[in-house]
Amino acid sequence: MILRVFQRIGAAVISYFREIGILAILLYRIIASTGYVFRRPRLLLDQMIRIGVNSLPLISVVSIFTGAVTAWQAAYQFQIVIAGALSLDFLGAASSAAILIELSPVLAGIVVAGRVGASIAAELGTMKVTEQIDALESLAIDPVQYLAAPRFTAGYIMLPVLVIYSYLIAHFGAYVVASIMLGISTNTFFGSVQRYFLVYNVYSGMLKALVFGGGTALIGCSIGFQASGGAEGVGRATIRAFVFSSAFILIADYVLAVILF
Amino acid sequence: MIEINKVKKSFDGKSVLKDITLTIPDGQTIVIVGCSGCGKSVLLKCIMGLLTVDQGEIIVDDENVCAMKHKDIYRIRQKFGMLFQSAALFDSMTVEENIGLPLREHSDLDEDEIEARIRHILKLVQLPDVEKKYPAELSGGMKKRVGLARALIINPRYVLFDEPTTGLDPVMADNINELIIETHRKLNITSIVVTHDMESAFKIGDRIAMISRGRIVFHGSPGEFESSKNKVVHMFMKGRAKT
Repeated sequence: MILRVFQRIGAAVISYFREIGILAILLYRIIASTGYVFRRPRLLLDQMIRIGVNSLPLISVVSIFTGAVTAWQAAYQFQIVIAGALSLDFLGAASSAAILIELSPVLAGIVVAGRVGASIAAELGTMKVTEQIDALESLAIDPVQYLAAPRFTAGYIMLPVLVIYSYLIAHFGAYVVASIMLGISTNTFFGSVQRYFLVYNVYSGMLKALVFGGGTALIGCSIGFQASGGAEGVGRATIRAFVFSSAFILIADYVLAVILF
Repeated sequence: MIEINKVKKSFDGKSVLKDITLTIPDGQTIVIVGCSGCGKSVLLKCIMGLLTVDQGEIIVDDENVCAMKHKDIYRIRQKFGMLFQSAALFDSMTVEENIGLPLREHSDLDEDEIEARIRHILKLVQLPDVEKKYPAELSGGMKKRVGLARALIINPRYVLFDEPTTGLDPVMADNINELIIETHRKLNITSIVVTHDMESAFKIGDRIAMISRGRIVFHGSPGEFESSKNKVVHMFMKGRAKT
């Protein structure tokens, strides 16, 4: 019984380090393929459109409601929780800081993890189980160069762009709630945002977006390349990609928060 | 020439290839037969370096594929073309993009030359006017022809066929056999065909090798195969489970 417990723990630890090793090797090979990606701009552009442009509608919906709920919850805390200790004049600054540092990078990251990370795993997983990856290899084309590197680079480039877009939409959502629901004037709201605006908050959000974008694509590619067992295996790979990408984003977010602030 | 010397390969402790030794001379078509799961396709993938062998060596034109570095394997693969059992066409690409991919990746040809080569190869596999179609719009036989066109487009020295007639009706299977013979004759390639279709094996093979229980149990001409007294060969040829 005890032996079995230790065996399970041992197997889990070995499996964990194996996964880390596979990710590290894949990352190394992707970085070594950077030149290849930029010599084939069409491959990169296709992925930038799929990862970036096609995520815009979802990012828009998520961001506008994120901004709106942030302003509403902040107002509740100002008025009820800390009852009058802070004036609603500071609502813009409080909402903006939360959006810039935390909400837009993390929520855009999780949206991309769900939409893009999982779809990369499903696409590459299907290619793996239908021998299309073997076919690429047989044509002397490296699947890491041809498939993984453009997806990783596109994720790395496009998530910061999506986060900047999310910043704008989320601020608009917060402003609409502040203005219509709470009666705060435009000048007061944006004056507060401007007065307490720190460029460092934007830099930290961009750094998070870079890490989340690259990490999500890397995890999707790695899990897709390892898929096996037909349609069921592809389904498992898709779920694994979403779960691991989301967990990675939350863990990396904490680590970066401790380092940056 | 391809020389396979004492190759062993196992998966999760289960031995699939136990001791394979086989020489494939230039310009010949060798057919490898055997029951399902005996390791025929595994052997093909080992020859191309898609799978690494546990022991033994595979020499292609005096170079040992098993001892090669990553980038050298990609160089040697340019000597090969492979037709997969399922054709393995890239389903996000049109027929034209599928066939042109190796040229666009490995050659300096301009687009006009690439398109001319694609038209020529599609004519060779008797499949004109499908350039703009996607694999999902093609029948099984058409997919195999496109797969063959893709395998042949870079003028390979060796072409590997993994179950080329499996899943096709008898007429289409015979068409594919004729196509293999014709491309072999026109392009003077060395072909390795994996199949368990004996009609196909007799029709296209200069030599036949049979794998059973991870070993080569027969290697000879189609005539020798037909008259073999080997019990395993006889049972396989007659399609019998018992003697």
